[in-house]
Amino acid sequence: MSTVINDNVRDADVLPERIKHFPFPFSGDFYRYSANVEPSRKEVPTEAGAWGGRLLHIDEHYLAELKDRDEVLDRDPSRLQVLPHMRPAVWDAICTLLPALAEEYPDIVSFTREGNVCRWRNSLQNLDVEFTVGDDSSLPMGPLRFLGSQIQDDLVFLDHRQDALWLDAGVVTFAADWSVGFDVGMKFLEVHHPVPRVKEEKIVSRAEQFLMRLQPGEQYRRTNWTLTIDRRLDTSTETYPNWAHDRTTIADDPALPDRLHLRVEIQHMIRLPHSGAVLFMIRSYLLPLRDIARVPAWRENMGRVLAELPDDMAEYKGIIHYRKAASDWLLAN
Amino acid sequence: MTATALQTKVQQVVEGTLQLEVTNVSVQTDSITSITFGDPLGEVLPCYVPGSHLVVQYGSGANAYSLTGSGSAPTEYSISVLRVDGGSGGSLAMHALSVGDRVQVSHPRSAFAPAATAKHHLLIAAGIGITPVLSHARYAAEWGASASLIYVHRPGTGAHVAEARELLGSGLTECMDRGSFQEVLTRRLTTQKLGTHLYVCGPTAFMDSVLEQARDLGWPKGLLHSEAFSGAALDDGEPFAVNLARSGVKLDVPAGVSLLETLENAGLSVPNMCRKGICGECSVPVLRGKPLHRDLYLTDQEKEDNTAMMCCVSRSLDKELELDL
Repeated sequence: MSTVINDNVRDADVLPERIKHFPFPFSGDFYRYSANVEPSRKEVPTEAGAWGGRLLHIDEHYLAELKDRDEVLDRDPSRLQVLPHMRPAVWDAICTLLPALAEEYPDIVSFTREGNVCRWRNSLQNLDVEFTVGDDSSLPMGPLRFLGSQIQDDLVFLDHRQDALWLDAGVVTFAADWSVGFDVGMKFLEVHHPVPRVKEEKIVSRAEQFLMRLQPGEQYRRTNWTLTIDRRLDTSTETYPNWAHDRTTIADDPALPDRLHLRVEIQHMIRLPHSGAVLFMIRSYLLPLRDIARVPAWRENMGRVLAELPDDMAEYKGIIHYRKAASDWLLAN
Repeated sequence: MTATALQTKVQQVVEGTLQLEVTNVSVQTDSITSITFGDPLGEVLPCYVPGSHLVVQYGSGANAYSLTGSGSAPTEYSISVLRVDGGSGGSLAMHALSVGDRVQVSHPRSAFAPAATAKHHLLIAAGIGITPVLSHARYAAEWGASASLIYVHRPGTGAHVAEARELLGSGLTECMDRGSFQEVLTRRLTTQKLGTHLYVCGPTAFMDSVLEQARDLGWPKGLLHSEAFSGAALDDGEPFAVNLARSGVKLDVPAGVSLLETLENAGLSVPNMCRKGICGECSVPVLRGKPLHRDLYLTDQEKEDNTAMMCCVSRSLDKELELDL
């Protein structure tokens, strides 16, 4: 028994960063939807390390993911949406998130502001720009695209009016099978309409109530998860033909443990301090089953969760064709 | 200067407050004084949503006051306070402040925000009610939004008149008496384009009258906004009893004494801050019975659910309430 523990410890010491900081989402042997919100920036220890100490996280994929986002936006500009009344909210997000990133990574980026004139330096991108809050032309690519070029998170902006939240802006290049171009202008409840179970359980309306009560400056987070084949961040509805077919063949693919990834979203919810809009941030992490299996507790947890997950939830997550193969592989090791 | 990071403290009565210093006091009128607070170290203060208020603590109490700036990267917070000689003492305490005094204030709280989708902002203020709508007017000017203001004040007693004139130009209509205001109001309420939002702040009777006329003229509820906390003092209410299920204690709440005070007198500690039904800190869970909700914090839906009440102001419709305390 003690040998096993020692092996674990030794293995944890040599685990790569991608595993150590991975936000493994399961704490038990089954999973159901819940409004699992908690205050942000609280570090959560895992069997392999820890995650969540920061609002924004720069990891080894920073430049690659931002390049990926840039290419997606060039190919399909509809992934960025800003209804005209959300302009102040976008600027508010810039003036909120860039200073937050600078505070968390002072060696990499810096932000200063004098009146409405801001200066932003990013040493990873060799970037040194000056812009004026409220003046869209001071950021040639546009304020929201600029913000999306500095952080790995997808961003969704919700306007609070008529006792409801409305999805009125966003830059979402790494959606897990949804489309910001389709959802823009919808109510929060309408956006979540397709999710099974949550209507009956009133989870979405409770989540909306919670978000509407957020006071400016408050920030919370939750996690969500699905499975993704290959290290593919862009699994938007728009690119469905490129990735959906793999879901029917992966179960028989001997490369399943390397191709199939657990995809975890850390979702931050912030009430922007000046515009009062609710900002929903989605940061996606991908880790192949092969890496999951290097942490014995994760391997077992995830194997059991996949085996137990009710069919309607597995269907909605798009994993019903191969979740058994994944579970079998995890539990057989 | 470096902008402040996001505020991470949430709902914590002591840690969530700011220690600020009075940096300026200026007399607006015979009875209204503007007070400006800044960070003692000169740091930028948290941004706020236009129309927000600040809960300022004084002696044994705390009062909510509207912030008059736009809320964009503020280096200072300004409030304007009407002296009320027969009041609970808050306004006198504010008027007694001088430069260099330290005060404890809440983070700004938003309860009277501008509608982002409004095609036009119709602002209506009477007397000291100018303060939150001035904040709206500044924000509208900064973002190029369309706004107009009807400001009712007696000659020589209006605060911030010069600023309102500068911000709004021909969009400002000043009314010095009830008759001329009524005329202007009727005209404005009947000639707005689709998408105008109305914001009103002033004495309770004034706000009620404006809102009622707007509704009677067919304005949808979603376009009407009022700043409610300047309301008059609540009445003493009827006596009732509370049964504390977890501690097995029964307490009587006499008329004129709040449930919060009753709980405190019995040695229970309930987190609280404004003690006026605004901040939401003193929420207590209700197991049985119908509370008489008098707070401004819970939503209508939450009030109907009757599962929580703000014990600082709310009382009971039933003779007895059972609380999860």
